[in-house]
Amino acid sequence: MLALTVGALGALLALGCAGVGTTRAPLLAASIYVAAAIVSAALALIGAIRLALPVEAAPESLILPIGLPWLGLHLRLDAVSALFLVIVHAPATVIGLFAAGYARHEHAQARVLPLYPLFVAAMTAVLIADDAYAFVLAWELMSLASWALVLAHHDEADTAPAAWLYLVIAGLGTVCLMGAFGVLAAGAGAYDFASLRAAHLSPLAGAAVVLLVLLGAGSKAGLMPLHAWLPPAHSAAPTPVSALMSGVMTKVALYGLIRMLFDVAGPVPWGWGAALTVIGGASAVLGLLHALVQTDIKRLLAYSTVENLGIAAIGIGLALVFRATGQTALATLALTAGLLHAINHALFKSLLFCGTGAIAVATGTRDLERLGGLLARAPLLALGMLAGCVAIAGLPPFNGFVSEWLTFQAILSSPRLPEPMLRLAVPLVGVLLALAAALAAVCFVRAFGIAFLGRPRSPEAAAARAPERSLIWPVLVLGAACLILGVLPGLGIGLIDPVARTLGLPGFPGGGAFALTVGLGSGRAAVYSGLALLLAAGVLGLIVTLALRRFSPTPARRGAAWDCGFPEASPTTQYTASSFSQPLRRVFGPAFMARERVDMPKPLETRAAGFAVQVADPIWSALYRPAARLVEALAERINVVQFLTIRRYLSLTFGALVLLMIVVAFGT
Amino acid sequence: MSGVLFQIVQFALTAALAPLVTGLVRRVKARLYGRIGPSPLQPYRDLWRLLRKEPASAQTASPLFFASPAVAFVALWLASGLIPTFTTDLALASAADLIALVALLALARFATALGGLDVGTAFGGIGASRDMMIAALAEPAILMVIFTLSLIAGSTGLIRIIGFMLGGGVGLEISLSLALIALLMIAIAENGRIPIDNPATHLELTMVHEAMVLEYSGRHLVLVEAAQMLKLLLYLSLVGAIFAPWGIAETDTPDGLMAGLVLYLMKLAVGAAGLGLFEVAIAKMRVFRATEFLGGALLLALLATIFRLIAETI
Repeated sequence: MLALTVGALGALLALGCAGVGTTRAPLLAASIYVAAAIVSAALALIGAIRLALPVEAAPESLILPIGLPWLGLHLRLDAVSALFLVIVHAPATVIGLFAAGYARHEHAQARVLPLYPLFVAAMTAVLIADDAYAFVLAWELMSLASWALVLAHHDEADTAPAAWLYLVIAGLGTVCLMGAFGVLAAGAGAYDFASLRAAHLSPLAGAAVVLLVLLGAGSKAGLMPLHAWLPPAHSAAPTPVSALMSGVMTKVALYGLIRMLFDVAGPVPWGWGAALTVIGGASAVLGLLHALVQTDIKRLLAYSTVENLGIAAIGIGLALVFRATGQTALATLALTAGLLHAINHALFKSLLFCGTGAIAVATGTRDLERLGGLLARAPLLALGMLAGCVAIAGLPPFNGFVSEWLTFQAILSSPRLPEPMLRLAVPLVGVLLALAAALAAVCFVRAFGIAFLGRPRSPEAAAARAPERSLIWPVLVLGAACLILGVLPGLGIGLIDPVARTLGLPGFPGGGAFALTVGLGSGRAAVYSGLALLLAAGVLGLIVTLALRRFSPTPARRGAAWDCGFPEASPTTQYTASSFSQPLRRVFGPAFMARERVDMPKPLETRAAGFAVQVADPIWSALYRPAARLVEALAERINVVQFLTIRRYLSLTFGALVLLMIVVAFGT
Repeated sequence: MSGVLFQIVQFALTAALAPLVTGLVRRVKARLYGRIGPSPLQPYRDLWRLLRKEPASAQTASPLFFASPAVAFVALWLASGLIPTFTTDLALASAADLIALVALLALARFATALGGLDVGTAFGGIGASRDMMIAALAEPAILMVIFTLSLIAGSTGLIRIIGFMLGGGVGLEISLSLALIALLMIAIAENGRIPIDNPATHLELTMVHEAMVLEYSGRHLVLVEAAQMLKLLLYLSLVGAIFAPWGIAETDTPDGLMAGLVLYLMKLAVGAAGLGLFEVAIAKMRVFRATEFLGGALLLALLATIFRLIAETI
């Protein structure tokens, strides 16, 4: 199956090449996207088949004679890679089909089409890489391909700075990963993962590896404080690419975290797990607070990606903590929670981005303040987006609730940790998660309510027509998947179970396809059965409907809105996206450095009154500005070296050579 | 089999009693204000009258506007059926724990807020926005209360918590009393009672929940009002089930069930009278003071958890 995977990679590269010449014809472009989707479907199937094999089956591996001469290219397909093949390619299949429908509306196809299959191929290559060289190469290819895709609409004002910031932070991440592999390889003497696993490191070197991995993979996942690139980059990219970056590429970053921290870099002390948990909690709350004040839907979704990756990081961090303290059953619970949230997020975030693309096609804008009333104009799109919003808000019966429930159960198990500090700290992360979950509901009531309900807030929204079917049904398919995984969570957990066991943890404690039972010994147990609740709700709903039919047969009369007797015809009197989030903007003011400016003319003045709100991310002034200034100052100093005479250069080279020889002489 | 039967009885019971509890609170308040007040049965008559009226709605209302009260009502009805009131032998009580219960309440709120935004009026928006803000602040607090209970009883399942409380394993505990105060504060906020919101106000700018549902009439208003009544009953049952579980039958004997039922009715009466007394004694706050009120609830719940953790460590 690994050979098939490599073949699929080749097919994707060929599609990329084919994309170079066919950008003028929309039909050809669409067929290339469809072909990429078919390859993705095949890859997802390969992953699923590999997961269905018994856990004891030896992972397939392959060494290709390309790459560094003495190393070759090591590839390997085990259960962890297989799960992420499914997580990446199941949504990528639907996104590919959406992209085919979207091709007619993409004006910069020449910059998107050749790179799209390359991006998908690079993500796949990260998942099957089995040596440091192949991993970093694929990782960097993934970063560069997505960076070039972000730049596709380079003529828009915000794109260039967003892409530049992305390039800087992606470069930083790759350097960190290279550093981590360098330290590991120094202890192992070779670069393939099998040797790296056996490396013996001093505690200090081990800590350096974990820190570098957290920085390298964490920045790609958009975890605090390295999240600043994510919202601008994800919102500047063409919509199918945004869906891939937010829904899928962040999962590849999680794969990097899990592969390194659970597998290659060996057992990690609990302190690092605790750090990841706290970072996850902070990302969850701060990401969502910022999502809450955005008016560009894509930016809002990108900030919510920071939140959801934070939730997944809480699960993964707790799993590290539990594993390091010897509670392997709880480690499985936490890891399952984190991975299930990754699966769920891949589904509903792809859905929401595709739906946003359809909104933009229908109205020509994705600014919430200019939308409204779309439910009447595109009812099927509204249905799909509603499913996505309920799912991402973590409400039953959809899938987002299941993984948040599992994460809560993992947090609630923290009193069994041996460290008193941890026992006090983890409940605080629980508060952060609860706050994030509650704010998510506010954020997506706002996103759906302002865009689809109410009256149109602009002429574009009033003139909107339902987008073509090919843009709507991918949204509906993903919505159905969210519902199915929410009602039958056993399907998702069944995929994750082999991964936990491959990583040396026991299987999921209790479960089954229909009801989630978390039984953790010593009388601790909790049950959630989405199916039972859904059936009961169905019966109750039927009773309510029949009772209303029987006792209240009068048909409804339509008239003007009541609005306390003063209905106002102008749609500007409605609540807007900014006014909806105003109460929470006040409550959590410092988190956005929110500034409200009211410009009220004096009596008899004839100019219009004005009101403006400015929000900013405090992380910019706290971390990024000082870092940028530091780099600039250092560059200024080093700049001196650029204007030396040839003699000075030669003596510098000579000095460096001598120094290197001394190091080599004493080092060995 | 008995579980299914009792589950049906429980659903019928909560739906039937909800208007009575609201009527009782109004009656108590009226008497304390020195008025005679309407009979406690008045809410039944109001609901019936609304049911028979012709519903009038805005032209801009979408299908979601009409579906949202039904979704909210069903979610709350389902949630109220999950809390053991007179017996723990309920078919669904083991299908969902307290976290799922909180999520069902959140689903009801989600649906109601969307309904408020649907017609596109200023009042619907202001109500939805403020209601969601209050809920966003209340939810972390209620989850900390659940955390404390799970620390004490070892599970988030209500049956287990009730069994543990009835088992006499707990004495008078400081963390339990803090959790109780926090839960009461949350219940007041979530039900839109004074001092957070005023269910009887007709001054539009001070309304939260009432502003959100301003556009509903006829049978749709019946569902909205009934959902609100169910929510009050639900919180009273929840407080009763956790902090005063006496009488809830753990085995199916006719005497035990009768005793459970009678005690449940008495608990509801005491709860309704207590709420009426509290509302008469206190003044409404400004909307943005709700932050402090709910921050206080969160802090109390957090203290409850930390006291419990420290007690376990020592």
